[in-house]
Amino acid sequence: MSAPAAPSSTAAPVPAPAAPPVETMTVMVNGKTVQVPKTLPDWQGKPAPTTMLQAAKIAGVDIPHYCYHDKLPIAGNCRMCLVEFGTPMMGPDRKPVLNEDGTPKISRSVLPYEPGTPRGAIACATPISPGMEIYADSKATQQMRESVLESLLINHPLDCTICDQAGECKLQEYSVQHGKADSQFVETKVHKPKAVDLGPRIVLDDERCILCTRCIRFTRDIAGDDALGIVNRGSYNTISAFEPGKFDNNYTLNTVDLCPVGALTSKDFRFKMRVWFLKETKSLCTSCGTGCNITIGSREGVIHRYEPRENDAVNGPWMCDSGRLNYRWVGRADRLKQVLRTSADGTLQPISWNAAIESAALILTQAPQGSVAFVVSARQTNEELFLLKKLATHTGALTDAVPREGEPDRLLVSEDRNPNSNGVRLIGMAFTEFGFNLTKIAEGIAQGRIKTLVVFGEDVTQVGIGPELLTKLDALIVSDILPNATTAAASLLLPGAAHAEKRGTFVNIKGRLQKFQKAVEAPGEARPEWEFLHELVHSLTGHNGYRTIEGLFNQMATEVPAFAGLQWAQVGDTGVTVQI
Amino acid sequence: MSFSVPASLEAELDELTTHYPVQRSASLMFLHALQEHFGYISKDAVEWTARKLGLQPINVYELVTFYPMFRQEPLGKTHIKVCRTLSCSLAGSAELRERFCTRLGLDPHAHASQTTPDGQFTVEFVECLASCGTAPVVLVNEDLHHKVGTAEADAILKQGQKA
Repeated sequence: MSAPAAPSSTAAPVPAPAAPPVETMTVMVNGKTVQVPKTLPDWQGKPAPTTMLQAAKIAGVDIPHYCYHDKLPIAGNCRMCLVEFGTPMMGPDRKPVLNEDGTPKISRSVLPYEPGTPRGAIACATPISPGMEIYADSKATQQMRESVLESLLINHPLDCTICDQAGECKLQEYSVQHGKADSQFVETKVHKPKAVDLGPRIVLDDERCILCTRCIRFTRDIAGDDALGIVNRGSYNTISAFEPGKFDNNYTLNTVDLCPVGALTSKDFRFKMRVWFLKETKSLCTSCGTGCNITIGSREGVIHRYEPRENDAVNGPWMCDSGRLNYRWVGRADRLKQVLRTSADGTLQPISWNAAIESAALILTQAPQGSVAFVVSARQTNEELFLLKKLATHTGALTDAVPREGEPDRLLVSEDRNPNSNGVRLIGMAFTEFGFNLTKIAEGIAQGRIKTLVVFGEDVTQVGIGPELLTKLDALIVSDILPNATTAAASLLLPGAAHAEKRGTFVNIKGRLQKFQKAVEAPGEARPEWEFLHELVHSLTGHNGYRTIEGLFNQMATEVPAFAGLQWAQVGDTGVTVQI
Repeated sequence: MSFSVPASLEAELDELTTHYPVQRSASLMFLHALQEHFGYISKDAVEWTARKLGLQPINVYELVTFYPMFRQEPLGKTHIKVCRTLSCSLAGSAELRERFCTRLGLDPHAHASQTTPDGQFTVEFVECLASCGTAPVVLVNEDLHHKVGTAEADAILKQGQKA
């Protein structure tokens, strides 16, 4: 048996083989000729014949749709993407019939038994053919859209004013763009179950549902939990789980994102905030090493929701429920908000940031080489770790990070529950296995060799450096976000900022370097760690660094080999891959 | 009481499954057989079918709710099916059903099939029973009653009380 070819970091980069030429086809969309590939990736990434909808997209024409989603199997049930089209006419000799001016004659699609009536095709599931013409805004197409919308709205309640989806509802948007102003429907609407408890995190309003089956396909084909289906029939069709309230896999909230209308809503978010008031900030989920891209929805300094942000290199359009709902700690009332130092009488007293930086610089300057240790968190950003590494190198300190592990799953959740373990490794604050030095640090403190401990973002009392050891230290410099046994024992406490309150970068488990932006302000005196670390490094080493995150990142890229050549601006919204 | 399918029935169904290229295709036959045996299709029966055919319960449940012939509740001992299609409707089947319902203390305005609390009667509307010439017709269990008037209706109820 031969060993699998392992990617070697020492081998010279092999030029990638030239991609095979893409076979293309010429079609016309709204009178504009476009060359499109014959095949495009389907929802699983396998090549599939290019559809009319995809061709139109390449031509810059958006065809309205509900049930179609590029990452789900095609169902073709909502009929919203119906378009009129034409194909080149063929003569009996199988040669194209030409107009007088030499252009191919196009036969428009019509009903076979009623040749005067245009016949639409669903753009999401109809493959293109050479010379096809797609009339995405012809009169016939518009009429088809109007009719489809009219029938979708027959039983839809007009409760947009109290509906959470309002503002991001496809039914609302398309009704404005393509619908009729008035309804011709005079009968009584069908009433279906309201506020159905579908699962622990999801509420279903069956009257709003348009039965597109996106949620069913997602949970069956992506989440691998075939839990939802359509029960009853005809006008009484409803989405349902077999056991009421038991739709509870760790990906259920993606169905809320997928739902094109307000049928599925999140129990966590519903009735909390109108979506148009939310400020959207590009950020990252910090709950595990996968580093799912998210959009933080916040208003007036309060975070209201996380939503996945599409990044095919990392999470696609999905994220897990546990990560999505893990945001409340950012706004907790007991956040650390004050800079504190132990005074002569042993009590913690508030001091200014300047005094705190001076104090920390003094402690680290006076500490003999080898008497300092650093325990950092793999929840810190690369920039912060880079500055901490400078401090550690300057003081000849022993360093380590704290491992954090959990059960992985088959889709997104990683075994590594730290968002930036690879950042810690690449910057050199810990070995491949975290926790290797923690016992040495504990021993060092116990034997009195280590007199100064710097802790960033971790509770060391949980990892073998107990409160009794901490009392042996001369100085315990701690920065954290929330209080714990270590922050309680600190001699100098520097309140830090959550990821949503600062900018920075993480490297995920697969080596994707990604940046995140600031959504809300840190509470009280709390500051982004990189800001005060930068001042501390300056006070200690005299090296003047950059005062902006961009400059700091670019400086780090020149000093950390794995990030060589990178620029902040170049990292983009979806990140870049680095060698891990 | 726990749900259990007799070994003979299970063997019969296992054999039946082999007739289909895809196991899932046997779902309807399973449901018919289980309803025949138990009188209705319980949640346990849905789960049992799903387990036997390598499906998720929701896949089977969709079928059960789609077909009106599958019942999710036990029936009364006397099952009264009143035809409501055109001829019977013109001949007064609505009044007939109302009479059954009011006599039995059931809601005459409810649409769905209803069973009396004592489990003696089930009354429901059904589509054409293929005897338009003798409208209105009522199918009581397996017996078709023709030209049912008030007297015949009361006789049906009286008969049912004895059952």
